[in-house]
Amino acid sequence: MIVRISGEGQFKLPDEDAERLNELDNRAVAAVEQGDETGFKELWSQMLEIVASDGNALSDDELVESQVILPPRDISFQEAKAEFNGDGLIPD
Amino acid sequence: MPGLAGRMSTVVKSKISRMLDRAEDPGETLDYGYQKQVELLQNVKKGIADVVTSKKRLQMQTSKLEQQVVKLDTQARQALSQGREDLARMALERKTLAQTEMQSLDQQVKELEGQQEQLIANEQRLRQKIEQFRTKKEVIKAQYSAAEAQVRISEAANGVGEEMADLGLAMQRAEDKTETMRARASAVEELEKAGAFDDITTLGSGQDDIERQLSELTSGAQVDDELAKMKAEIGPGGGDSPALEQGEEKS
Repeated sequence: MIVRISGEGQFKLPDEDAERLNELDNRAVAAVEQGDETGFKELWSQMLEIVASDGNALSDDELVESQVILPPRDISFQEAKAEFNGDGLIPD
Repeated sequence: MPGLAGRMSTVVKSKISRMLDRAEDPGETLDYGYQKQVELLQNVKKGIADVVTSKKRLQMQTSKLEQQVVKLDTQARQALSQGREDLARMALERKTLAQTEMQSLDQQVKELEGQQEQLIANEQRLRQKIEQFRTKKEVIKAQYSAAEAQVRISEAANGVGEEMADLGLAMQRAEDKTETMRARASAVEELEKAGAFDDITTLGSGQDDIERQLSELTSGAQVDDELAKMKAEIGPGGGDSPALEQGEEKS
């Protein structure tokens, strides 16, 4: 699975991570809905951690699309409200 | 895919596929696509230059304020040693305000610096991808039938397109932030023009009004604290030691 962190580039992750990311994303959406900023930040850093620990940066000469595009690392809670909504990262 | 980044890449993708559909000859499409990519890269350079300009302006303001802080601090000490507590207080009020503004500008310069670095890294990545696209298009033109070429073109174009969309998003964020900082820089300039950071030797007849506004702007408690500390440092003007102030810790 190819994941992009907006502003940082693309990473190749094992497909199993899709489920973990999606689960965290759903919880992040819930946190944003409840206005729980601390909860959101915690979940967001867990998501970034998965990409950091499992991901390998895609080489610059590969021209492929990402399955998942994550927002910029330094996303504010305000921005997150526009970003984290709906059905999760990977549509069914 | 929901989310801002997802939406953006959808917009770019539909633009790319419209572009691909329009051209009859895949070779032509490829050349056109490449040309568009190079154009975008030029815009990115301009965007980065804008960020650098804003940063320089803030840096200049910061160093100006820094000089004023030092000057006002010295003046407060001088005033105090001459027994002019009123003037010392005035200078400290100005110093407090200048310091607050300086710290906030400093923080913003740091943020801009981070953004500038990120944009440069993004630009380099996009440049590499565009270069890769250029190589790929020649291979596609030479090796594939028209139908097959279409498929491969769209793969490559979407890959580059996503990169471009993402860079567009990063640029937008940087621009928004720069806009906020411009407003901030202008506000500081207004204060400067009003004489809020002027040193106390240049005070003219119209200074009463500025002084009143300053007292409102700066925290009285902070100025009181600093004045007390300064008094303790300089030492008592008379013979007896001020017992109250000696208890204060230096921080």
